[in-house]
Amino acid sequence: MEKVLLLGNEAVARGLYESGTTVVSSYPGTPSTEITEEVCRYDEIYSEWAPNEKVAFEVAAGASLAGARSFCAMKHVGLNVAADPLYTSSYIGVNGGFVCAVADDPGMHSSQNEQDSRHHAIAAKVPMLEPSDSAECLEFTKNAYDISEEFDTPVLLRLSTRISHSRSAVVFSERIQRELKPYEKNIGKNVMMPAMAKAAHKKVEERISKLTDWADMKAFELGINKKIMFDRKIGVIAAGSTYEYAREALGDKASYLKLGMVNPLPVKAILDFAKEVETLYVIEELDDIIETHCIKLGVNVIGKEKFSFLGEFSQSIIKKAVLGTENEYSSLDMEIPPRPPVLCAGCPHRGLFYALKKFKPYVSGDIGCYTLGAQAPLSMVDSCICMGASLSSLHGFNIARGKEQAKKSVAVIGDSTFIHSGITGLIDIAYNKGFSTVIILDNSITGMTGHQNNPANGLTIKGDPTVAVNLEALAHAIGINRVKVVDPFDIEETRRVIDEELKVEEPSLIISRRPCALLKNVKHKPAMVVERDACTGCKACLQVGCPAIMQTKAENGKTKAFIDSNQCLGCEVCAASCRFNAIRKGGN
Amino acid sequence: MLNDVKNILIVGVGGQGTLLASKLMGKCFLDKGFDVKVSEVHGMSQRGGSVVTYVRYGTEVFSPVIDKGESDMIIAFEELEAARWLPYLKKNGTIIVNRQEINPMPVIMGTATYPEDIIGKLRATVEKVISVDALSIAVECGNVKAANTVLLGVAARVLGFGQDIWLKAIETTVPAKTVELNKKAFLSGYNHEQ
Repeated sequence: MEKVLLLGNEAVARGLYESGTTVVSSYPGTPSTEITEEVCRYDEIYSEWAPNEKVAFEVAAGASLAGARSFCAMKHVGLNVAADPLYTSSYIGVNGGFVCAVADDPGMHSSQNEQDSRHHAIAAKVPMLEPSDSAECLEFTKNAYDISEEFDTPVLLRLSTRISHSRSAVVFSERIQRELKPYEKNIGKNVMMPAMAKAAHKKVEERISKLTDWADMKAFELGINKKIMFDRKIGVIAAGSTYEYAREALGDKASYLKLGMVNPLPVKAILDFAKEVETLYVIEELDDIIETHCIKLGVNVIGKEKFSFLGEFSQSIIKKAVLGTENEYSSLDMEIPPRPPVLCAGCPHRGLFYALKKFKPYVSGDIGCYTLGAQAPLSMVDSCICMGASLSSLHGFNIARGKEQAKKSVAVIGDSTFIHSGITGLIDIAYNKGFSTVIILDNSITGMTGHQNNPANGLTIKGDPTVAVNLEALAHAIGINRVKVVDPFDIEETRRVIDEELKVEEPSLIISRRPCALLKNVKHKPAMVVERDACTGCKACLQVGCPAIMQTKAENGKTKAFIDSNQCLGCEVCAASCRFNAIRKGGN
Repeated sequence: MLNDVKNILIVGVGGQGTLLASKLMGKCFLDKGFDVKVSEVHGMSQRGGSVVTYVRYGTEVFSPVIDKGESDMIIAFEELEAARWLPYLKKNGTIIVNRQEINPMPVIMGTATYPEDIIGKLRATVEKVISVDALSIAVECGNVKAANTVLLGVAARVLGFGQDIWLKAIETTVPAKTVELNKKAFLSGYNHEQ
């Protein structure tokens, strides 16, 4: 069959199709999102965006119980949200095969921490596979289902940014259609109360022991684990992308034990490999999990003494650590300014932040594009922990510092993040007689992950119309009496409402509503223009932090504002910043 | 072990269309019978940040990334990004630079300055620099958004596989209504003075 170049994530989706999977539920999260977006294109598979990872995991667990092959995908921090069902699903096991993909982000390209999800596999005592290219993404997905059904366990598929977002060649096979497995009521297996769970825990321990034998034998027969022998002076144990970096760096100057199954780890294979090579390196990104396993086995390895716990690796890092050689390169002798990501021109979040800035508030932030508002010049985020934490942590902050502080503080959270895990925080504020002001930045889409529909925008994953959560009615039902809706491009009105809501000593919700500027159906106005004669060069408009506004080169010692008509979408927020009325609507 | 792998780095500013160029390249190299790996950046950095895509092809490709001193070619969609990523160029490598300046936020805010005469300094440091005004060429072809395909055309000429394989890849990759525009933009780049 023809070779096709696929992203690792697309290859996982193809693996799901070929495995006969029929139910997929996920919450978007970089770098895992494209798996479910791609699955959505297969009519044979039911797919959905769930409100959060816990729900997604439970939907997949339920579908497995019903006898279907099921799947969910999430980013590493998403698995924290889904950890509760994961740990007990491990006790229950499966009916139809059940696979959960979790995508780590070493180097934090798009994440708030760098946790290693292998810890979850170890703690939940479930097997975990880790592919190292797109072909393995497809193959290991299929292997994962076989392991899941043979050993009666959910299986984790560990991805990373480099694997999820790299394209490499894949060959397709046909889909195997599967009948639903029969469902039979079995409370001993499926109802986890202490008596049943005690028996189940025993089974889990026996299972992980059998899986260790499997990792030593069958995993090698299937090519999931591999031993590749060249020069025996150097031995390398590695998995995933790190194996690819090591092969690139060391070529045939080393022998390799490539682990495709990273939990449980093999025992005999490692002991044998250690005997066959002179110096043994364990090369793993993030934590020292394989290294610790080797130490437990009494195998002498070089690991974290040479390789960092931080960030992504590459062939150069390995070449330098193992061979001591470095590439030559040249650079320009100049200061190169950094280019951090910014809110797009025409982004509705900018208007809200610009209006908010006047009040110099404490801003409890959340996860989404609007986290970018933390950077200068807007500087409108004081804290950001995790999905949904803006509301609950603001409540704690204000309880600790009192009502007067609450009058100078807000939480900001996007529509999708609010649905994900902000609702419970809002309930906490209302129920416990809090006095915080919460702003939902409702841009009708899950933005940062690349535009996924969500329960608040009235569209399913396939773009079909469905019910939408009515945020105003929801807030009222929770017990929030003050609910206001503003247009963030109307700076004056937005400021008036914020001022009013900050002053009251009761909880209030402001919904800042305007769709993401990048949505296809959003119409833009002509670019704004600067009246050169009226512009005094005061630079107040630069405080808006828009990439479309800049200063011209100095003429007669003076710089003037300039708006790039290719970028400007005519949102008019900058016009509100100009005291001299020098920024006018464009067109005509 | 045969090490014939060629490395191409595509750099620019999030939103400039670097991903289309890497996707087309990946397809062409695969069609030529090479092993290929393309590594992209999605998510947060895409929002106007500095973005990089790695394209590698050869008999057998392992790592999906390219390190300092390893690139046979850098295609820079923006001048400051050319300067930033220059250390990734191999000795005797080619750097293609789009003559466009996009101010990053620290420059807009006045806390940093955009370096002067980047292309001149590149020429003083590197032997093979091709500078292209891809925006103007794209506008001549009918749409400023085709600047990425213009740059791809310039790169294709340097790579030396002829033009047909690229035109075929464009036909099957870009939306039907933009095929003619992209082919025209590609050929303008392909025939650009090098």
